Amino acid sequence: MSVGEVAVLGVGMHPWGKWGRNFVEYGVVAARAALADAEVDWRDIQFVAGGETVRNGYPGYVAGATFAQALGWQGAPVVSAYAACASGATALNAARAQILAGLCDVALVVGADTTPKGFLAPNAGERGDDPDWLRFRLLGATNPTYFGLYARRRMEQYGATPDHFAKVKVKNARHGLNNPYARFRKEVTIEDVNVSPMVSDPLRLLEICATSDGAAALVICSLDYARSRGVSNPVRIAAVSTVTPTYPNTVIEMPNFATDSAYGVPEPERTFRDSIAYAAYEQAGIGPEDVNLAEVYDLSTSLELDWYENIGLCAPGEAEQLLDSGATALGGRVPVNVSGGLASFGEAVPAQAIQQVCEITWQLRGQAEGRQVEGARVGLTVNQGLFGHGSCVIAKR
Amino acid sequence: MSNAELQNKRDSKTSNKTQLAAIEGWMTTDGEARLVGGRGAETGSYFFPKNMAFSRNPSAPSEEIAEVHLSARGRVWSWTTNHYQPPAPYMPADPFVPYTVLAVELDEERMVVLGRLAPDCDPSTLTSGAEVEVERGVLYEDDDNQYMVWQWRPVATEAAR
Repeated sequence: MSVGEVAVLGVGMHPWGKWGRNFVEYGVVAARAALADAEVDWRDIQFVAGGETVRNGYPGYVAGATFAQALGWQGAPVVSAYAACASGATALNAARAQILAGLCDVALVVGADTTPKGFLAPNAGERGDDPDWLRFRLLGATNPTYFGLYARRRMEQYGATPDHFAKVKVKNARHGLNNPYARFRKEVTIEDVNVSPMVSDPLRLLEICATSDGAAALVICSLDYARSRGVSNPVRIAAVSTVTPTYPNTVIEMPNFATDSAYGVPEPERTFRDSIAYAAYEQAGIGPEDVNLAEVYDLSTSLELDWYENIGLCAPGEAEQLLDSGATALGGRVPVNVSGGLASFGEAVPAQAIQQVCEITWQLRGQAEGRQVEGARVGLTVNQGLFGHGSCVIAKR
Repeated sequence: MSNAELQNKRDSKTSNKTQLAAIEGWMTTDGEARLVGGRGAETGSYFFPKNMAFSRNPSAPSEEIAEVHLSARGRVWSWTTNHYQPPAPYMPADPFVPYTVLAVELDEERMVVLGRLAPDCDPSTLTSGAEVEVERGVLYEDDDNQYMVWQWRPVATEAAR
């Protein structure tokens, strides 16, 4: 498959935190930062894609329009995308498709969220036909419940230990120290992790990502448009994968009560998580060996280890060894989550996949002060959310 | 004792309240405790929870779905114990008591199904691959009724009684 590339002309963020203000404020800050970085006037933007938030009422559902109105109506068409944790990448993909189809030259992508305290909860009311509601009622299956199941599985299958999981947090906390947009900027030790309260055994409080307020934005454009602006060597998006699972999906996933049945049908060649990155590698025409750094969705510490395998940094069962070797720390062969990851950010759902792309962009430009991966040419982001959503973005320079 | 006899013993010893399913149609309400799923007439694919309206197997989109009982026993795929009280609509005991959620592989159905560990069982004895059996247990209760849900019990624990 040959897919055209688009340029990242500008990136911007509002710092992550628990600010308690309206998500639109954060989105406007991030959008204006991205526009300034791109040196593009808002009124010249031809398409706006918003990552939706489902926790802020109607303005959140129509995020694209909400941000366009907040920035001052200028007539550009909008789209709002909801794809759980992949919402930001799905918004990016909508804007990219417009550019690659020749329908527009330059677009703005924005995601922002204000999150409530504590566990992400389902919609209120009696919702007996909604699996997201039923999992809480019938099982108490919070999101960390699924993370705990995956973590225990790694221990049983591959001999992972709680210390391996803790080391992921220690690494990402260290990375996040030098990121001015990260919410948690404090070094932690394995001991700190291991004495934090148990949440979903074997995962402790410091190993499960918090929920945060925050915003991130991108200005993307055609390569011709970038050249016309005097940008001859932009960061280029070579792939955006937003594949869904292939039946039968044999790994238990949020918010399901069961996997698909593999009775009488061949299992897919790749698990869902494997297929997310695979589709992106196919689009970009590269392989895992070409990747210089990755931002992976560490909703929990053990999930980061799963991702090493899912994106092909190592074979199944070898993630603990890869972590122990130091390869995934800053200075290693393929640093992972040099932004600090969700461990340092906490999740702001519709902004998070965009935050990952912002980080890769700064890294490929050589602007990631204090956490720069030297000589980085290819970066990858990956995530997965509930209801069969996931995304992977590959950027090059 | 058979599964059905054990279940009757458990059902009768708990209280005089009326036992109702916490959710209609997901498991048997008397006799042997079994999860109720769907099965495609053409492909033999299993579905849980069942949905009689359509098949989710894309190779047979118009196949009829029949109601079937899923296997009573499976093997532990993974488990986790939750130490924090979830938000509503979870119905917590007062005070909150940690609880364990199991992922169980069903060999015949070739699927993994979630469920709670029977609250009187010790999660520290669980191992991957251990055999467990489904039973009815009380999820929560009010003044008049007990609301029942499926839960898993290690088969070894049963034998030890």
